[in-house]
Amino acid sequence: MSEKIKFTIDGKECFAEKGANLIEAAKENGVYIPTLCHLEGVKPAGSCRICNVKINGRPMTACTTTLIEGMNIENNVEDIQELRKIIIETLFVSGNHYCPACEKSGNCELQALGYRFKMLVPRFPFEFEEKEVDAEAPKIYIDRNRCILCKRCVRSLKTEDGKSIFAVQGRGYKAMINIDHELAMNMTDEEATHAMDTCPVGSILKKERGYYDPIGSRKYDKKPIGSEIEQIVTN
Amino acid sequence: MPKKITIEPVTRVEGHGKVTIHIDDEGNITQSRLHIVEFRGFERFVQGRPYWEAPVLVQRLCGICPVSHHLAAAKALDVIVGAGTGDGLTPTGEKMRRLMHYGQMFQSHVLHFFHLASPDLLFGVDGDPALRNIIGVAKKFPDLAVQGVMMRKFGQEIIKATAGKKIHGTGAIPGGINKHLTQEEKDSFLNGPDPMNIDKMISWSQDALAFLKGYHKDNKDFIDNFAVFPSSHLSLVRKDGAMDLYHGVLRAIDKDGKKILHDVDYQDYLDYIGEEVKNWSYMKFPYLTEFGKEDGWYRVGPLARMNTCDFIPSPLAQKEFEEFKAYTHGKPNHMSMHYHWARLIEILHCAELMKDLLNDPDLMTGELVTKGTKCSEGVGLIEAPRGTLFHHYAINENDQLTMANLIVSTTNNNIPMNMAVNYTAKQYMTGQKKITEGMMNAVEVAIRAYDPCLSCATHAMGQMPLEVVLVDSKNSIIDRMKR
Repeated sequence: MSEKIKFTIDGKECFAEKGANLIEAAKENGVYIPTLCHLEGVKPAGSCRICNVKINGRPMTACTTTLIEGMNIENNVEDIQELRKIIIETLFVSGNHYCPACEKSGNCELQALGYRFKMLVPRFPFEFEEKEVDAEAPKIYIDRNRCILCKRCVRSLKTEDGKSIFAVQGRGYKAMINIDHELAMNMTDEEATHAMDTCPVGSILKKERGYYDPIGSRKYDKKPIGSEIEQIVTN
Repeated sequence: MPKKITIEPVTRVEGHGKVTIHIDDEGNITQSRLHIVEFRGFERFVQGRPYWEAPVLVQRLCGICPVSHHLAAAKALDVIVGAGTGDGLTPTGEKMRRLMHYGQMFQSHVLHFFHLASPDLLFGVDGDPALRNIIGVAKKFPDLAVQGVMMRKFGQEIIKATAGKKIHGTGAIPGGINKHLTQEEKDSFLNGPDPMNIDKMISWSQDALAFLKGYHKDNKDFIDNFAVFPSSHLSLVRKDGAMDLYHGVLRAIDKDGKKILHDVDYQDYLDYIGEEVKNWSYMKFPYLTEFGKEDGWYRVGPLARMNTCDFIPSPLAQKEFEEFKAYTHGKPNHMSMHYHWARLIEILHCAELMKDLLNDPDLMTGELVTKGTKCSEGVGLIEAPRGTLFHHYAINENDQLTMANLIVSTTNNNIPMNMAVNYTAKQYMTGQKKITEGMMNAVEVAIRAYDPCLSCATHAMGQMPLEVVLVDSKNSIIDRMKR
């Protein structure tokens, strides 16, 4: 039997296996730590920074933190929540996110976080930067207007022999997601669907399948993001 | 001294426009124009987007009739995905779309008649502007106002049940629809508590028609002689000549009722229709190419549909149609104010069609989407509340839109509205020394009869500022009047 450790989140006593990832352990204890880049089972990147928490008083990303005994974590506190809201708002203004016509609307994690954090008006100026779309792959469509560079696709979408279908090209504000067209040529329908579902926003889309989920039955139409974790009853 | 009168903005229409009227020294109208002062640009900025986005993206043109744009775009994309030219969908796909469309037509016509047009009828063209608005109607005729609100709500609920949302839904997708009607939705529309059920809607539609016909009887001179001018008329009709608001062939008749566009396939609309651009308006001027830019203009919308179709395929509306046709002895009706009458007959027709569809089991089960061999170009036409709406798209091998051409219903009525403005200005202002608020409203009443959606996006209602500026021939302001 593996060793259990004790830690607290906002004063709540929590338990996890030794060596557990904080964001996943929090989930098991019914605490939602928001994230846009983390995927269970995939090596953490800490790229979106939305999972920032205070650990023993210091801001750190939860997805890259391995729990140790006695950690005191602050999650639902004013300054951390404000920091997260600022990050979400900057993601919105630095991309071209037109939710009204986006087919990911209702299933989009960024939009869902915008609602959760009550982002009512943009307080930062829009950049309206011109971004290219890549529609050449037969099964998927890359819309960089909506990409938040979370790198989920880069880290998790690989061929059977381990080759990455996606990669980051450029650095800093010029960084963008690119696709290996040779590998993309052989993507199956299932892989295309998986790629679309992996993307937290509407940047990777499966071709010719838009708007198949009617309004009212989309992922976040009825319950806000995180609520399924917060409903977990723990001892 | 010559004068130029500017009415800006035109009120109680959808969108923003202005009217200019030039009067010479003798008080004669030398020129009158309806200018559309907004620029939208949808045809350009959809380029590069994936084609399946078009029905959701372009419907943002309008907050009143988004369903019309949504469906016209979806119909064009049906062609592209190989689902036939408007009649190849599954029964569920087509019937759900039709229900959505009739709900839209119903609510939009109701909005226009009760909220935008009724103040002119109830308080008079030159009535007190403080009362001549929807608030005035609500205060003096509360039952009528409630009826308008509830009828519109019913139409909006139908849209929500079929498109997912009352405004800007996502129901229609290339090749079909994304949902069925649920038993709960069906029951609520058929047997909902009074007044929210389809039988009440039919009954209220008949009441509205009775009200208008009564008004017509008492105000024959105004209704029959206001902004009357001969014109051609164009609309879709079903292949057998019946009124069909969702799909059909293109038919146009001339002022005497002779067919000048013989039930053609709208996929070939470019062979028959051209568009002219003028430097004083952002709205284009469509015309039938066979008759040229000067003579090829035509009217669309409820009045045109009454003139082009041979019959209405629902019993109560057909009875009203027969009375409407008998009024002009079967000849085309050119009276602008009869748009209101035609619009109310269509409200009744849509209510009847909605009842039939709500009892149809195909809405609750069956395949939603069908697709075939993809092609690179498609045209979708629909009879929107304000008239024939054209959507035309082309895509490249990567599924991106490369071309979009939209001829919006109101655009088709551009010259007719200018004609109506001209007739009314001449009728009310020629030789007048003082231009009154009532005279200015008369011009707006003429425009309003066409229920224009000037921007197909913004909404103007009630007491918006209206400014008239009198300028001399050197454009110096000599008088200014505000309300």
